[in-house]
Amino acid sequence: MPNTAAPMTGGASADEPSALVVSLPTRASSTAGDWLTLLKPRVVVLVVFTGLVGLLVAPGHLHPVLAFTAVLCIAIAAGAAGAINMWYDRDIDALMRRTARRPIPAGRIEPGEALGFGVALAVGSVLLMWLATNTLAAAILAVSIAFYVFVYTMWLKRRTPQNIVIGGAAGAFPPLIGWAAVTGDIATLPILMFLIVFFWTPPHFWALALWASDDYARVGVPMLPVVAGARSTRRHIFVYTLVLVALSLAPWAMGLAGSIYGLSAAALGAGFVVGAVLVLRDRQNATGVSLTRDAPAKKLFRFSLYYLFVLFAALAVDRMIA
Amino acid sequence: MDLPPVVPAPESDAELTRRRRGRNIATLIVLLALAGLFYAIAMVKMAQSGHPPL
Repeated sequence: MPNTAAPMTGGASADEPSALVVSLPTRASSTAGDWLTLLKPRVVVLVVFTGLVGLLVAPGHLHPVLAFTAVLCIAIAAGAAGAINMWYDRDIDALMRRTARRPIPAGRIEPGEALGFGVALAVGSVLLMWLATNTLAAAILAVSIAFYVFVYTMWLKRRTPQNIVIGGAAGAFPPLIGWAAVTGDIATLPILMFLIVFFWTPPHFWALALWASDDYARVGVPMLPVVAGARSTRRHIFVYTLVLVALSLAPWAMGLAGSIYGLSAAALGAGFVVGAVLVLRDRQNATGVSLTRDAPAKKLFRFSLYYLFVLFAALAVDRMIA
Repeated sequence: MDLPPVVPAPESDAELTRRRRGRNIATLIVLLALAGLFYAIAMVKMAQSGHPPL
C-alpha cells in the first residue's frame, strides 16, 4: 500500500480562490518536546534495557564511558527508526485516535524535517557505535535500523498479519548489540535473548491489537485481529506464549544461567501462561468479540511489559552474581 | 469514519519566540553533551591504545 499522505498545503488552482485560502499553511512551530516525541521514548526504554542487559551479561570488560556510549547509540538508533517510522506512517497516524496528536499529523513538524532528523540520527548512532566499540556491534545496529524501517515499516506492516511476527526481529537485536559491543562476537546466550524478545513481541502486540483493532481496521493495517478475527488472535497469543516460556527456560536448561534466572523464568512464565489462558477464555460473543472490553488482553499487555523487564533483570543479576 | 483534522492553534509572537528559544537551548545542551562525550571517548581510546592522553 503506497504512502498516501496528503500534503499540508497547496493543490488549489488559480480559478479556485476559496480553495487557495483554505489551503494556506496552518503549521504550528515545534517544541523540543515534539522532537523528543518523534523518537518514541516509551518504546526506547525497553529496547535500551534489553541492550544494557546484553552488555552486562557478556564476558569481558568494556570501559564505562564506552559502555555508556554503546547504550546511548542503541537508544538513539531506536529513536531514529521510530522517527522514520512516524514519517512514513504519517498518513495512517492522522486517522488513528492513538496517533493523531503526534507531531507530524498535528502539523508541528514537517514530514521532511522528521525524515532528515531520523536519517541523521541513524547514521550518527551507527558511526558512533563503530568508533566507540567495534564493527560487529555497529553492523548489527545498522541492520536493526534497516530492518525496522524497510522490512517492518515499509514492507510488512501494511501487507500481512505476520507484520509484527517478522518485524519483531528489529526490536530483538539490542541484546545482540550489547553483547557484541563487549566481546566483538556472538554466542549462544545473546542468540537466546534475541529469540526470547522475538517470541515475546507477538503476544505483547496482539494483546494490544485486540482492543485497538478498530483503529487498525480503519486505516487498513492488517493486524491479526482485523484479518483473522479476535478468536484466532487469542489462540495465536496462547501458542506463542508457550513457545516464549519454553525459550525463556533454555538459558537455564543449557547451563548458561543459574537458579536465580531459572526460578524467575519459571514463575514469570507461569504468570504469562495464566494470562494467555484468561485471554483465551475471555467472555465473547458468537463472532469472538470480547464482552469484557478485552479486560484480560489489557492485563496481559501490561504484564508482558513487566515480564520482559523482570526476566532480563533476573538474567543480569544471575550472571553478575555468578 | 475519519477523525476531524487536527488544526494547530494560531501562535502569538511571544509563543513562537518561547518555542524557538526552547529548541535552541535543547540544541545547545545536546551539542555540549556530544562534545563532552567525544572528548571522553577519545581519552579512553588513547589510553587503551597505549598513547596516554596529552
